[in-house]
Formats: sequence, structure tokens, C-alpha cells
Amino acid sequence: MSGLITLVSLMYLVSAACYVIGLHMMRTPKTARNGNRVSAVGMIIAVIMTFLIVINKHEATMTGSIVLAAGLILGLAYGTIRARTVEMTDMPQLVSLFNAVGGGAAAAIGTFDYLSLTAGSHISFAFSFPVALDLVIGGVTFSGSLIATGKLAGNISGKPISFPGAKLLNAIVVIVIVAAVVLTIGFPVNAWWLVLTLVASLIFGILMTIPIGGADMPVVVSLLNAFTGLAVAMAGFVIDNQALIIAGALVGAAGTILTLQMAAAMNRSVMNIIAGGFGTGDSNSAAADDVPVNVKETSPDDVGVQLAYAQNVMIVPGYGLAAAQAQHEVAELAKLLTDHDINVNYAIHPVAGRMPGHMNVLLAEVNVPYDQMKQLEEANSMFENTDVSLVIGANDVTNPAARRKGTAITGMPILDIDKSKSVVVIKRSMSTGYAGIQNELFSDDQTHMLFADAKKGLQDIIASTKEYLDE
Amino acid sequence: MSQELYTNIAIFVLSILVGFEVISKIPSTLHTPMMSGANAIHGVVVVGTILIALEAHSVLFYVIAFIAVFLASINVSGGYVVTDRMLQMFSKPKKTDDQKQDGGDK
Repeated sequence: MSGLITLVSLMYLVSAACYVIGLHMMRTPKTARNGNRVSAVGMIIAVIMTFLIVINKHEATMTGSIVLAAGLILGLAYGTIRARTVEMTDMPQLVSLFNAVGGGAAAAIGTFDYLSLTAGSHISFAFSFPVALDLVIGGVTFSGSLIATGKLAGNISGKPISFPGAKLLNAIVVIVIVAAVVLTIGFPVNAWWLVLTLVASLIFGILMTIPIGGADMPVVVSLLNAFTGLAVAMAGFVIDNQALIIAGALVGAAGTILTLQMAAAMNRSVMNIIAGGFGTGDSNSAAADDVPVNVKETSPDDVGVQLAYAQNVMIVPGYGLAAAQAQHEVAELAKLLTDHDINVNYAIHPVAGRMPGHMNVLLAEVNVPYDQMKQLEEANSMFENTDVSLVIGANDVTNPAARRKGTAITGMPILDIDKSKSVVVIKRSMSTGYAGIQNELFSDDQTHMLFADAKKGLQDIIASTKEYLDE
Repeated sequence: MSQELYTNIAIFVLSILVGFEVISKIPSTLHTPMMSGANAIHGVVVVGTILIALEAHSVLFYVIAFIAVFLASINVSGGYVVTDRMLQMFSKPKKTDDQKQDGGDK
């Protein structure tokens, strides 16, 4: 038996190494897919080893085995089907859903082990502390991620939802969580402490995510990803399993780095984003009045001329592109232009879209070559030589107001689109972006607005560009 | 502090540091697949859920075990499949280039 435990422990270590190597290989597009496969092999090894223990122990009851088999089959089937059928535009909510189920499973492990203890017995700090953390982090992640999933899918309003007394309620829930954790850690086993911890954490997860609005979603999704990792690591402490500890810690670190990068790309602190809304209510209402009157409207025909006679074109995608599912039209237009020896590149802001790297995934779906996707700094060095910048559904990340002091987005790194010779913005209306302020780019001299849905607007532009390119 | 706990904490801390080191250089283009890949990795929680399922001996524990196994299985299968789908797209442009060249030859 101890021989088996040695083998299993060593193989868990091998699987953990696979995760590290797999993540490492995800650093470049060339090796990324194999990296994911290496990580999957590690996962299969870990699961096989776990089944070796199950078979060897003979402890599982018949019902237990059926429960296990049913859970596995149903879960694997559901997960695979969802992953196979999801539209690329719906990716953020699926990633968020997987955060929820991971956190939920971790919390369930803690619940199971704590309830297995005899009521009234004293437990060591080494067990109770990770159990409490597992329940809190897992619970917050589960409910918080489900709310985020609902917001991303549009089932719950994507706008920041706040209500009077929200801060007070938050404070109360936090106090209840702290009290419940103390009771769980410092007192004899009592199922009610666990229920209290779990319920308070679930409520806090909802309260935490509800006030966060659309454009802050990349930060929230990656933060919840980090939380899930930590919850899994805590579950590893609870059941003394190193595979869970290592993998959970890796994901926790990965999520943390992404969260900080996303927050930095918006020049806001993570705390500020969690607190909800953009700036204060005052700045929002004040800015909404200041609607620029001197925007110039343009027609698809005019845009077609501009594009047909340009040398360097920069496409600037944003959430509006994903919302309109217009990625195929973008690719079609880009192909048309490149076939006529016009250079086309894409300027992608780190927080464009609803999750980190959202735009890159959409563009990859329609076969945009990797080297045409320019990150913030590289793109900014190219705008001076850009003849036409085509802004599709991006707003706040292009607003030159970020360079001035005293605006809601001051200090946020932006794409310097105003440096290009001509700017065309495809947008449905003059409504403001998430920050709630008017985009000064729109009233610039070289900017022309094409008021249309991204998909329809692009189709019209493609048609007119074709005419001027003699197709 | 027991030796066991000390070992686990050491593993936890070192894994976090390894995670920081490995992730910090990923280009933003690959942020979504990387996050999704990390998502799949925390599907390892399925190992823990299998281990608790075999200790269940009453209705309440069967229910908790089922929920745990079900959720974790969604995580692990969905995570890997969707990450693979995404990364497949990132390697696709090569194929289109080939197709273009084929077209040119004709």
C-alpha cells in the first residue's frame, strides 16, 4: 500500500510539472496548443492515479461509486458540449462559468470534510484554517462568477448596479464572514458555523460583483480566476493533496498577474474597480452634459474612397465589434485591402472587450495573422504613419482626454489614434463609453463618424471599397 | 507546526512564485487562452472531489460529493476543450497562407 502511495505521490508531482511546463509553452502562439496538451496529459495522469487509490482502497460504497460515476459522466459531458458549441463571442461568460464551478467544487470539498468531523470535537488550526479560507474564497468565487457570467451573457444588466446602503450592507456581510471564520477556526466543530460562513460568503460574492460594470469585466474575470485557484489550493490543504496545492497556487499567481496588468491598463487600482462604478457620480453627470456638437458625419461611400487610396490602415476593435459579431466582416475588409497591397494592422488595447485578450481571440477566429495584431506600445508607434484608422466599437481606450488632468480616465494608457492622418469611427450613436464621458477624438478635425451597427457599417464599407478598387 | 503542514505551505509558496515567473511574460494576444488554460488547470480539483466521493456514507454526503464531482468535471473537461479550440484558431493562419500559395500555383 505504501508503495502505491509513493507511486501516486510521485505521479502527482509529474502532473504538477506538466502544468508548469504547459503554462510555460503558452507564451508563444507556436507552442501554445501543445502546451495546453501537455497540461491535459498532466491532468489525465492525476486522475488515473486518483482512481488507482479509489480501486485499491475498496472503501467506496456502491451508492458512492454510482454518485461518483454519475457526477463524472454528467459533468464531463456538459463541460465538453458547452466548450465545443460556444460561440467565440460568448467566450468571456464561459470562462467565468468555469471559474464558478471550480470555486464551487473547492467549497464543496471543504464542506464535506468539515461536516465529516464529529460535532463538538476540537480540531487543529492546521485543518480549520484552510477549511475556513476554502469556504470563503470558494463561496465568493462561486456566486460572484455566476453573477459575472450572467452580466457577460446579458441575463443580468451589465451596468453597475448600486443601491442605497450597499456599502453598509457590504460591511455587515464582511463582519459576519470574519466572525464565522473565527467561530470555525477557534471553536469546536458545529455545522452552523459552516453554514454561516458559506451563506455569508455566497452573499458577499453577489454584492461584490453586482456593482461592477461592463468595461471592468476583464479585471473581474481574471480576479475571480485567481480566487478559484486559491480556493482549490486551500481545498488541497484540507485533504492534504499536493496536486491541488501546486495547481491552485499556479492559477492563483496567473490570475493575480493578469488582474494587475488589466488594472494597470486602465490606470485604476483593483480596489477601486471592486468598489464599483467609474469615478464618482458627480463626474459622470457633469461630463454627460458636455456633448460635442461639431462631429462630422460620413458615409460608407466616403470611407470606401479613403480606404481604397490609403497605404497604411489601422483597425481598432473594441467591445462593439464583439457585440455585433462583426469579426468576419472585419477580416473580409482586411483581406480585400491586403490583396490590393494596402497594409492592414490591428491596434489592440489590453482591456478592449470583456476579458483579457478578448479581441485577439475574435480576430484569430477569422484567421487574422498573429503578427498583424499590434499591442498598445507597438501600435502607438505606428499611428503617425497611418493613413486611415478605422475604429470599430472602441471608445474610452481611444479618448485623448486621458492625457489631460481631471477627467474620469486621466492617466489611462490609450491608443494614440488622433495621431493618424484620418480617423473613421463606426459607432451606433454618440452614447458615451463605460467611463461616462464624451470622447474628444470624435470631435477632432480628422475624425469622421459613421453611425451604424458595426456589422452593417462594415458590409457597406466593403461594398464601396470594392467599387473604388475596381473589383 | 507539523512537518506535513510545513511541507504543504512550502509547496504553496514556491508554486506561487513559479506561477508569477512563468506567467509574467505572456503576450497580451494570448491572455484569453492562457486564462482559459489556467482555468482548466484548476480543474485538478476533480482529483479532490473523487477522493471525497469514496468516503461518502450517507445521503447528505452523497449529495455534497455529487455536486462537487459534477462541478469539477465541468471545469476540467470544458476548460481543456475550449482552450484547445481557441489555440487551434491561433495556429490557423499558417493554413490559410498555405492555401493562398496553393491558389497562386494554379
